[in-house]
Amino acid sequence: MTNEAIKEYITGHIPTASFDETGEWLNILVESKQLKSLATSLNGQPIQLDFLFCLTCVDYETHLTMVYHLTSSKDRTMNIVLKANVDRTTPEIETVCDIWRTAEFHEREVFEMFGVQFLNHPDLRKLILEEDFKGYPLRKDFEDPINMIKL
Amino acid sequence: MYNETEIIKDTTELGPDGELVINMGPQHPATHGVLHLVVTLNGETIKKIEPHLGYIHRSIEKMCERLTYRQFIYVTSRMDYLSSHINNTACALLVEKGMQIEVPERAKVVRTILNELTRIASHELWIGAMAMDLGAFTPFFYAFREREMITDIMEDTCGARLTMNYIVPGGLMYDIHPAFQTNVKAFIKQFKEKVTEYEDLVTGNVIFQSRTKGVGVLTAEDAISYGCTGPVARASGVSCDMRKIAPYDAYDRVEFDEVIETDGDSFTRYLVRVKEMNQSIRIIEQLIDNIPEGEFVGKTKNVLKLAKGEFYQRVETARGELGVYIVSEGGTTPYRIKFRSPGFSNLSVLNHISKGSMIGDLMATMGTLDLVIPDIDR
Amino acid sequence: MLSLESITKTTQDWLLAKFDPTIALAIECVIVILLCITLFAVLGLVLVLLERKVAARIQIRLGPNRVGPGGIFQTAADTLKLIMKEGLTPDTADKFLFNLAPFVVMMVAMLLLAPIAFAKNFQIWDINIGVLYISSVSSLSVIGILMAGWASNNKYSLLGAMRSGAQIVSYELSAGFAVLTIVVLTGSLQISEIVAAQENGWWLFKGHIPVVIAFVLYIIAVTAETNRAPFDLAEAESELTAGFHTEYSGMKFALFFLAEYINIFIVCAIGATLFLGGWMPFHIGSWEAFNHIMDYIPSSIWFMGKTFFLIFLIMWFRWTFPRLRVDQLLNLEWKYLLPISLFNLLLVTVVAIMGWHF
Repeated sequence: MTNEAIKEYITGHIPTASFDETGEWLNILVESKQLKSLATSLNGQPIQLDFLFCLTCVDYETHLTMVYHLTSSKDRTMNIVLKANVDRTTPEIETVCDIWRTAEFHEREVFEMFGVQFLNHPDLRKLILEEDFKGYPLRKDFEDPINMIKL
Repeated sequence: MYNETEIIKDTTELGPDGELVINMGPQHPATHGVLHLVVTLNGETIKKIEPHLGYIHRSIEKMCERLTYRQFIYVTSRMDYLSSHINNTACALLVEKGMQIEVPERAKVVRTILNELTRIASHELWIGAMAMDLGAFTPFFYAFREREMITDIMEDTCGARLTMNYIVPGGLMYDIHPAFQTNVKAFIKQFKEKVTEYEDLVTGNVIFQSRTKGVGVLTAEDAISYGCTGPVARASGVSCDMRKIAPYDAYDRVEFDEVIETDGDSFTRYLVRVKEMNQSIRIIEQLIDNIPEGEFVGKTKNVLKLAKGEFYQRVETARGELGVYIVSEGGTTPYRIKFRSPGFSNLSVLNHISKGSMIGDLMATMGTLDLVIPDIDR
Repeated sequence: MLSLESITKTTQDWLLAKFDPTIALAIECVIVILLCITLFAVLGLVLVLLERKVAARIQIRLGPNRVGPGGIFQTAADTLKLIMKEGLTPDTADKFLFNLAPFVVMMVAMLLLAPIAFAKNFQIWDINIGVLYISSVSSLSVIGILMAGWASNNKYSLLGAMRSGAQIVSYELSAGFAVLTIVVLTGSLQISEIVAAQENGWWLFKGHIPVVIAFVLYIIAVTAETNRAPFDLAEAESELTAGFHTEYSGMKFALFFLAEYINIFIVCAIGATLFLGGWMPFHIGSWEAFNHIMDYIPSSIWFMGKTFFLIFLIMWFRWTFPRLRVDQLLNLEWKYLLPISLFNLLLVTVVAIMGWHF
């Protein structure tokens, strides 16, 4: 399926989605509230983006951006990047781990590193850090005076 | 650092239904490093496995945000230390893609050969370690005999035996050792002779087969849903070889087969890896006599600056698909870097496929998932 | 001729001539105890070294080669290290049982030495129910292991001990039936009579296929009973760290370790006695000259040679096979070995009644 067809499909689904084709792959930016429904429909017919190979978050200091790299196991050359901006003070987004189960661990990682709350996540706990760790280490303003971490 | 955390409270007493909760790791002979699994048992049967990571978390992603595009490659050797050349290649390819650096043919071919040697070395170590998990000590030594030759080649080439740093943006750090080709050929000869030895010792062994066949079955749907890649997914019939899907370096000019089996159990994962070693040998054989003469590194600026934008590079490590995602603001350091490690996704499937099996099966499953903990924690 | 038989005879005669019979018996007891302990120590050292050398040979490496010529003092040095280590007792362990367990295991191993015929007429106690004694005493060792696993207050130890319990109790049956086939053929439970019955040929060769089957069953069963790979589920270091002796250190650990090797020696000695003629030399029918040469080799050498051959066999298994899973282990016993041994016993009984054996 070509980028044009995907764009058409997504525009039909969510008219407000904006596209960016400057990079290697098609980038789609949607509202964080619309992401879940778009993800569900992309996973199903006719596009079948059933392989979430990367899930991460980027801290732009004004806002956080959730980044989902999707591909299809039927056609691995079709890759799209799904993005959603979330608020930095109270970051919240619907989980996608019921669509792609690999998201469960990736979201736990994003949760502890960026503090994004994933709504309806079955087991949102810290995965890598200690339970009593304070702060979100991968945010740009994270400071750890003891270990001298400061960007 | 721990203040009576949940992990400690959980395990000093029996679980809610009187199940036995044992802490497997972080110091445990079968977890190959510092993986901590909280295993809930009912007798010998596993009810739940909960991985606790972070014992070797070095926050490489954060570290890389402070390092320049020349420096950050060296950190990635410490991620999946068994495929350090491949990790380095991924980073170098990404920088090359971002800056449109032309890589000389010689460098491309040598990189491919080194990547395949690394893959063989990693699979050799894995055969030994997995056999050890199942209680057979001897295959370890047989596998290490051949692996030793590769480490020697690596030592000649780049000076290190484990955390190799040889691949730089634009090509290679130095030219190859004069004896590189003869050594690699000697290795291929020895490997072909001796590989049958430990295959006899392991593959045909009745106990080994009964321990692994039908154990930890991963269906293709689950493999896709859990984002499994590499031999784990290929054993379940999912085609996911990055060398085929998005060829990099010299992979587009060599002939090899993507090994795909459909059973999805531990034995199939074993078979896939053994066949992959033979495919790697095939790739090396095609390239070793055809290393083009010329420069080993392309022309690059002294200070590397990636254009503003986002870059993603995928390569096939010994464990699966390694993705490097860089958000660049146009500076000398990455604004945000994310390593999509194959082990992380492969580990997430562990609970799903070993629920209801025995502790002994867990060793077989964990062994054949081929977990490298620094790769998972990063 | 200087043989172990003549030495014991002379010693006994001298003691009886010098002392009152009761005191002579007491002195004999002391000598036997000392000899037993010495044998234990020596066997432990030799067998551990042998195991390491055999393992090294199989694994294309050299093995211990630094302490002494060819590394022969390596195990002595290791023992010294273990003696000097602190014998830790975990805080939450049941201290009495925890400390008792290694000695129980050790004592069981020691008791088993009594009826073994090391050479011609060289036996501590030729009890008339020798085989019965062996099979009953050897099953006691599971108590020591269960004790160790339970008292450690460690989940791995407990799992290991439970596995070991299930395993030893099951494989006891097969081993028992394998031993019974020889008892049926010989018609006696006494070790000396069993050996004497093999004067004109070892049971392994005389007894046709049923005895060969029994021999194979015996080797499998005793490998399991001594918790050796591929049946080392009680220890299973990749699953249960070290199983029932996870918490043991220093000399207490060494006692478990030693007991394992002594047990191997004993089961192999019994196997050699029952199936390979004990101290009986190897004779071929009417080859008089050959038989005479064989007779010149001392009986103790014959016995040790056969025993060590079996020990080597068991070590060979260990370094070749992966470990079985616990359910496969029990399946193997209850679904395959036990029915086979029951049927085999029937077959042997028929052979014995009809006199079909040589």
